[in-house]
Amino acid sequence: MRTVLYIIQKEFIQVFRNRMMVPIIFVVPLVQLIILVHAATFEMKNIRMAVIDLDMSGSSRKMISKFEGSPFYVIAQSTFSCQEAEKAMKKGDVDIILQIPRGFEKQLIRNEKSKVQLVIDAINGATAGLINAYSMMIILDFNRETLVDLVQPQMIANVKSINTNVNFWYNPKLNYKTYMVPGILVLLVTIISLLLSGMNIVREKEIGTIEQINVTPIRKIEFVAGKLIPFWILAMLELAFGLILGKILFNIPIIGSIWLIFLSASVFLMVILGFGLLVSTVTNTQQQAMLVSFFFMVIFILMSGLFTSIESMPDWAQMLDKLNPLAYFIRIMRMVMLKGSSFHDIRLPFYSLLVYALISISLAVRRYRKIS
Amino acid sequence: MQAVSIEVKNVVKRYKHIVALADLSFTVSKGEIFGFIGPDGAGKTTLFRILTTVLLADSGEALVEGLDVVRDYKKIRKLVGYMPGRFSLYMDLTVEENLTFYATIFGSDIKQNYHLIKDIYSQIERFKDRRAGQLSGGMKQKLALSCALIHKPSVLFLDEPTTGVDAVSRMEFWEMLRRLRESGITIVVSTPYMDEAGLCDRIALIQNGHIMKIDKPEGIISNYPHRLYSVKTDDIYRLLTDLKEYPGAGSVQAFGQSAHLAFTEDLPDRSHLSAYLEQRGHRHIGIEKTEPNIEDCFIDLMVTPGVDG
Repeated sequence: MRTVLYIIQKEFIQVFRNRMMVPIIFVVPLVQLIILVHAATFEMKNIRMAVIDLDMSGSSRKMISKFEGSPFYVIAQSTFSCQEAEKAMKKGDVDIILQIPRGFEKQLIRNEKSKVQLVIDAINGATAGLINAYSMMIILDFNRETLVDLVQPQMIANVKSINTNVNFWYNPKLNYKTYMVPGILVLLVTIISLLLSGMNIVREKEIGTIEQINVTPIRKIEFVAGKLIPFWILAMLELAFGLILGKILFNIPIIGSIWLIFLSASVFLMVILGFGLLVSTVTNTQQQAMLVSFFFMVIFILMSGLFTSIESMPDWAQMLDKLNPLAYFIRIMRMVMLKGSSFHDIRLPFYSLLVYALISISLAVRRYRKIS
Repeated sequence: MQAVSIEVKNVVKRYKHIVALADLSFTVSKGEIFGFIGPDGAGKTTLFRILTTVLLADSGEALVEGLDVVRDYKKIRKLVGYMPGRFSLYMDLTVEENLTFYATIFGSDIKQNYHLIKDIYSQIERFKDRRAGQLSGGMKQKLALSCALIHKPSVLFLDEPTTGVDAVSRMEFWEMLRRLRESGITIVVSTPYMDEAGLCDRIALIQNGHIMKIDKPEGIISNYPHRLYSVKTDDIYRLLTDLKEYPGAGSVQAFGQSAHLAFTEDLPDRSHLSAYLEQRGHRHIGIEKTEPNIEDCFIDLMVTPGVDG
């Protein structure tokens, strides 16, 4: 036990003696939180629209002004030529083309179905989906109002309109910062803990100290524990630091229990640290360890549900995501922080992580050998 | 016969198709300085790693202090001190922190065995707050030796401890080893430097995984089978090729400013050699009979391999 404590002490001395380490631990999360949260937002503002109004009627103008009046759209171009609008889209000057055909109002009054055409630049599928959804809401709104305008008052009762009432729960203002911060916090602790632990034993191999350590009577489990505990502590501090920053900078809600967050984090970190250790036992240089860690980290992050929702991934990818510890932890973080979920609600991802942690640590300990 | 500290029987180790150790057998007595002398790649490090239980031999048996290196590796690790060829302490920890670290992982502390390292450590103690990475080569070596000794080992393995260390520090280091021997520690040391061989109690000449000869340094020298002459002229480079062409000449080796020339028999007439060299344009010719050193013996054994198991 004394041995483990001394190794932990030694690791801390080494970490804080490394001049790059303190800024990495405290400045990196600050910068990443600020940049990522602002940059990785799905909120659509300033959608540039080209309008082709071939009807030039009151109704068509009313529809256009509805778009114009919404905070999301900017009419970038008004034209009568389809080609011109398409050219603008090709150049990337507009994101959406709204085309109102001739006779639009007339058909509306005759209570016939009337059509408008929307062309959306779908290079970025996620954005296109959002533009589509926003546009639909505006058109729906327009429908409801014209219905009231055009139809005789006594007939209103007979119109069976579907009244869609949308409520956004847990994040009523659709604030993407609230949604992103928990995920980015997970990203942060993952990067710090995976890289630090992945580099560590490899570094001892590289500078040759492992050679002398292996000859000593130190036990495998003591050595591994002495290596993992410091980074576990550092990553927990990192998470606490990140949560405080999130609260101060973005005023993110933490509805659920803070202890539940740290309990889940402690299990999640065991998975990642075990994984990092595993990487460092199979590699021989810090460069190799870095590349291998990055390979897995990129996959884990892109498939974590941080930027794209897991539900919209293909089935095989969703199956694969059962192996992704980040996906579990991001889910837990969002549920606890934003929904105030209790342990009972998160028990499934929590136990998954626990099993994962046991596997990853025991695999790492087994792989680490003192005898070659 | 003194008590045995290390016993190695028929140890073989292969790395794929390269034979690192070919059927090695030897014994080391308690409290002696046993040197492995051989060039890089002879198998010294492989042997040390097997004896310190971090590498498994393919076949054969090795006992350290009566303990099997495979079965009793845990006990052996408590008994041996190992100083790898590469400096392998933490560069970013201070001198004192390194020493404390190694003392702690052996379940000991600096005070307990301070008397053992006092001689050595006192020389670097005034730098105890300096980081190991900022020490000079000689001081690093003293620190490494202190760390290998701090748990009071019975056997000390030093793998090329003097490689890359200046001449003065090397001599100092050997003096330290000889003092350590007095406290009863068995010291197994390897070196590529032939001149250090004479400082060991017994040496094994090792080449390509074979031990060519094990004996006291004096014994190895007295068994040298040839007559050796030191030849000097003004053109040492040409001298070497010319001597090789001299009828009856054995091995010719450059040795500092002169050439060592071996003959199977006593050279009957030095003037004949002198005339031969003059004829080839050499001037300031000096020919002297000389005593062989370990290097001469080593080279001779390399030429005629398989003299000794």
